Amino acid sequence: MKPTRFIDLLPHIVLIVGVLIFAYPIYVTLIGSTWDSGTIGRGGLPLWPGGQGLTNYAQAWVGEAGDRAMYTPVRTMMLNSLVMALSIALGKIAISILSAYAVAFFRFPLRMAFFWLIFITLMLPVEVRIIPTYKVVADLGLINSYAGLAIPLIASATATLLFRQFFLTIPDELLEAAKIDGAGPVRFFIDVVLPLSRTNIAALFVILFIYGWNQYLWPLLVTSSGDMETIVTGITKMIGTGESANDWHIIMATTVLAMLPPVAVVVFMQRWFVKGLVDSEK
Amino acid sequence: MAGEGWRRLPLTKDHPLQRRVTFDNRLLPYLLLAPQVAVTLVFFIWPAANAIWQSVHLQDAFGIRSEFVWFENFTNVLGDPNYLDTLKVTVVFSLAVTVLAMGLALLLAVLADSKIKGARAYKTLLIWPYALAPAVAAVLWMFIFNPDIGSFGRALRALGYDWDYRLNGGQALTMVIMAASWKQVSYNFIFFLAGLQAIPRSVMEAASIDGAGPVRRFWTITFPLLSPTTFFLLVVDMVYAFFETFGTIHALTQGGPGKATETLIFRVYQDGVVNNDLGGSSAQSVILMVIVIALTAVQFRFVERKVHYS
Repeated sequence: MKPTRFIDLLPHIVLIVGVLIFAYPIYVTLIGSTWDSGTIGRGGLPLWPGGQGLTNYAQAWVGEAGDRAMYTPVRTMMLNSLVMALSIALGKIAISILSAYAVAFFRFPLRMAFFWLIFITLMLPVEVRIIPTYKVVADLGLINSYAGLAIPLIASATATLLFRQFFLTIPDELLEAAKIDGAGPVRFFIDVVLPLSRTNIAALFVILFIYGWNQYLWPLLVTSSGDMETIVTGITKMIGTGESANDWHIIMATTVLAMLPPVAVVVFMQRWFVKGLVDSEK
Repeated sequence: MAGEGWRRLPLTKDHPLQRRVTFDNRLLPYLLLAPQVAVTLVFFIWPAANAIWQSVHLQDAFGIRSEFVWFENFTNVLGDPNYLDTLKVTVVFSLAVTVLAMGLALLLAVLADSKIKGARAYKTLLIWPYALAPAVAAVLWMFIFNPDIGSFGRALRALGYDWDYRLNGGQALTMVIMAASWKQVSYNFIFFLAGLQAIPRSVMEAASIDGAGPVRRFWTITFPLLSPTTFFLLVVDMVYAFFETFGTIHALTQGGPGKATETLIFRVYQDGVVNNDLGGSSAQSVILMVIVIALTAVQFRFVERKVHYS
């Protein structure tokens, strides 16, 4: 029996509705960023772009609304977010790959004790130790610094475990051959292990960059000056209590700019991104 | 943590715990471990130990002396009807977010996995919201549902429905649930899709030849075979709803109106940072730690079981 045409179309209809549910809020924000605050504030936002786009983005970029300088400029916040995200992603990868190399390729006293020490961090997300971690960072004088933003977040059990698991699959023969050739552990790491880990590093980088860029609670705590504001926390500070008199056009332009880097990373590095997410499942 | 995308423990029995051939070097392994161990001790172990210590002590008003009080902070926290309300909000919120995010993701994944035209395009268009911060997702929802500026918010009011999530607790909770689930669908979608693609085609074709319709095939074959993925996502989504939605709530409702959208993690922040109650906040942190450890343990058992079956 041939199924009816509507049945054939139904999956498409459901998927398109799904896509629209995710795209609509973004579309509204994009459109909103091209109108003036009055139009948005009155609730009269049309469904087509207005002519204010360039002005709005320019104002957001330098932190002025009209002739008033009032916000932390988006360029400052983007730079802060970028430094934070890159430090977290690269820092996590660097310290994880080194410790995984130690645990996988060496036999030494207390090896398993160290392994468990790293593993425990899986159970201590920053959210459950906020106040004491804040105190440590304050005592070290790292409030309002890039180091304070990034370092407390860079210990990662997941990255270490992923690298270690991968290292255990590197054939023993490779190591034996390297030893016969007289290569020491440092040579072997640079010439063999690092090149073999390239895909894993790329996959992890995508996930960790997004993780770093999207941090919220921690930047909210450790930054108090406008110069150190990150863009995600910056937006909610601009919104405040959500009054209709807000500079909505600037807020929407800022939101668009805040979404750009992580979305670009996901879209353009999709292959690595999906690998990075799903790999650890195997 | 879950925020990194996954919290699966890749410690399976397929791999030995140690390589057969290793380097012999006395000092080098410790040097390689040093950076991570230092960060772990200073920013993880020490603060966590501190939280535990604080949770069984009471500080005087000047913060000079502190007294060991056994479990007084815990009995205070757990005996506080406000805390129990917060716990109730957290449970409702987490369950709703988990069910909504998983249900919608599964539906979309099953459809995108079937042999339809443009499956790749649908995938790309459904994956990208993963990149959004929970707080940004909340802001996007506000642009639409704000009663003054949002198109849907205004439409609801125009229809005579008294919509204002800033004043109505139930509406506020609905808003944060919707915004938090909306953001989490893509993550679940990616994993359901990977799980579906791992099911051998031959199994589905055999059932199809046996005359089972698509709905029956789904419930008798696909869904049971997906159960490892489903279970994994259940834990991940619970952790997400518990911890990472802080940004969603902070951006959208600040825990209000009243305490209608205050979850456990929001309260730790509120009591510790805003109200400066160290003992109470630490006791709450310790309770949260127990919850994370329990969730991790559940996941651990699940990993072992999966290995056992495969």
